[in-house]
Amino acid sequence: MGTFVLRRLFQLVIVLWGGATILFILFYMVGGNPAERMASGGGERNPNPQVVRNLEVRYGLDKPKPQQYVAHMSRIARGDFGESFRTREPVVDIAKRRAPTSFRLAFWAVIIEGTMGIGSGMLSARRRNSLADVVTTIAAVVASAIPVFVLGFMIKQLTGVYAYQNDWPAWARFPTIGLGDNDWIFWVIPTGNTWKYVVQPAFVLAAVSTAILARITRTSMLETMRMDHVRTARAKGLSEKQVTRKHVLRNALIPVVTILGIDFGTMVGAAILTETVFNIQGLGSQIVASAKDLDMPVVIGLTMLVTLVYGTMSLLVDLSYAYLNPRVRLGDD
Amino acid sequence: MARPLLEVSDLNVEFRTDDGPVQAVRGVDFSVDAGQVLAIVGESGSGKSVTAMSILQLLPPSASISGEVMWKGENLLEVKEPRIREVRGGEISMIFQDPLTALNPVYKVGDQIVEMIQAHGRVSRRDARDRAIEMLDLVGIPQPAKRVDQYTHEFSGGMRQRAMIAMALSCDPQLIIADEPTTALDVTVQAQVLELLTDLADRLDTAVVLITHDLGVVAGMADRVTVMYAGRMVEAGSTDDVFDGTGHPYTHGLLMSLPRLDSDVGAPLMPIGGQPPSMLSPPPGCSFHPRCPFAREDLGCMTEVPATLERSPGHVSACHRADELMADGALDHRRLVGAGRQAADTDTVSVTDDGSAPGTGTEGGGLER
Repeated sequence: MGTFVLRRLFQLVIVLWGGATILFILFYMVGGNPAERMASGGGERNPNPQVVRNLEVRYGLDKPKPQQYVAHMSRIARGDFGESFRTREPVVDIAKRRAPTSFRLAFWAVIIEGTMGIGSGMLSARRRNSLADVVTTIAAVVASAIPVFVLGFMIKQLTGVYAYQNDWPAWARFPTIGLGDNDWIFWVIPTGNTWKYVVQPAFVLAAVSTAILARITRTSMLETMRMDHVRTARAKGLSEKQVTRKHVLRNALIPVVTILGIDFGTMVGAAILTETVFNIQGLGSQIVASAKDLDMPVVIGLTMLVTLVYGTMSLLVDLSYAYLNPRVRLGDD
Repeated sequence: MARPLLEVSDLNVEFRTDDGPVQAVRGVDFSVDAGQVLAIVGESGSGKSVTAMSILQLLPPSASISGEVMWKGENLLEVKEPRIREVRGGEISMIFQDPLTALNPVYKVGDQIVEMIQAHGRVSRRDARDRAIEMLDLVGIPQPAKRVDQYTHEFSGGMRQRAMIAMALSCDPQLIIADEPTTALDVTVQAQVLELLTDLADRLDTAVVLITHDLGVVAGMADRVTVMYAGRMVEAGSTDDVFDGTGHPYTHGLLMSLPRLDSDVGAPLMPIGGQPPSMLSPPPGCSFHPRCPFAREDLGCMTEVPATLERSPGHVSACHRADELMADGALDHRRLVGAGRQAADTDTVSVTDDGSAPGTGTEGGGLER
């Protein structure tokens, strides 16, 4: 297993480097002069040529592109991700500011996805064709069909605007901007009123994946319930509860855990729509904004962070997969 | 005579399906005495597995069951949840066809045995584990103390079925129902596993219901045989009666289709023509008539369900022509190969009558196949 982890970590480094390289090439192809953009304050005034010249020297933009590439990559290899072309804030600081928000949002979204998705999937599998099954099936289709921004705006309008206009009780009114103050214990548990900031965006971010996970859980449970070893478990004299808990759930949740892990990896970097709707200062929206500004160091740095999270999650998923399913042996492929 | 250990009478099982009701088992009776081996024989779809599952209420809810399964004075079809759980595994245990799928792949083999032992008594984990190792040793698994901590995928097919047998025996049941226990195994280990099963059952005085499609297997180890066709019992009796005084053309067909050591080299096997009927619309009259070489319209084969009549003490069969055919010797599989078929009107099998070796074997195919 040790070799497996080492090899995967090595692969991850390659992926990070490859991703950064592709981004660099894309920025090169897009063209434009970042120094000019910086000097013009994002295109608002005519840049002073001397300022542009100084900036070019300062950031090494006057050098040939391959040289710039090598310089940037070797700085990254030493842990220096450069600074924003636009604000001159170090990329590491931006990441420190933005990443916790994204992690917290993704964390709670995955919690919601896991509990609601697995719960309703189990319910509809155990009471197949019952009212509960029909309702969760329809709810799942609806939830996965509504675009995230529509769902987000609707909820925001309802609890953040309509609720205030119509004097709804305090518990039914929700703030709709950001993730609240930095009142967190253990880094992810909101204190005080902060949970009110988290619950709506987390729910919106989780909606589609929850619906998909519920369907997958249902299918996986039904498939497992038909398996011979479940019949054996019953023939051994176990109670229905023991059969479900030990023999159906354990086997049925193997694919589900995989999906949850990958979803977390995705949600950290790709929650742009949710972040936009709820004005949350996360990684995804920062990457989009910086890409528009051709702010190469920020885009490359944050993308590498997101890739690192995703790669780590998929490594953890593979490790947990081997733990959950003894037939899988790591490192034999 | 003492009451039999298990007595099944007039068992009917019907499944509701999208295509309409399917009568998988129709009026089956059989009984097993303590320590006895009963074989239930039939093709796939004859209802033998469904019969076995219904004994322990293991059929899905879409099955409706009627009849009686008497076990120690109780009708197992009617007992409620806690009691049936005591019976399952504790008094009657089952061995399934494919040990690879019948054991849970994500738990250690030993843990699965421990789980069963603990379900049937207040036993500490350590004691249950010791018992599991002891059982694995009993079924001839080498290094049981190591094997107990392995997963099913680390066992070979034969070993898995041995582990399954160990599990089935771990709570000292009085009856084991083995549903095609060797079908999924390599031919080379089939005999070993069966021998182990019957040997242990004999030693521990456990009765066995052996469900199989392989009459050859039956000959060597069963005391009694019940032959099923299309959900009905067509013949039942002691193994000797069924093999040597066959009372139903279907049983005869099964016996004739077995490879035999004493038949001519190159002589073709004689399969039963046609297909087993669809249970959605079983043929009227005797279910076997479309494939029966002896079926006669004027005797009611096509229209009337034959009564199950006693042909000799303890030997019953359900065939309109049984007495006549038995008297003729037409159902004697030891007769000259093909002779029985020649007299009959059949287009499915043609055997030239050059076979000169009259069957003298007394045990059908035995285990030599």
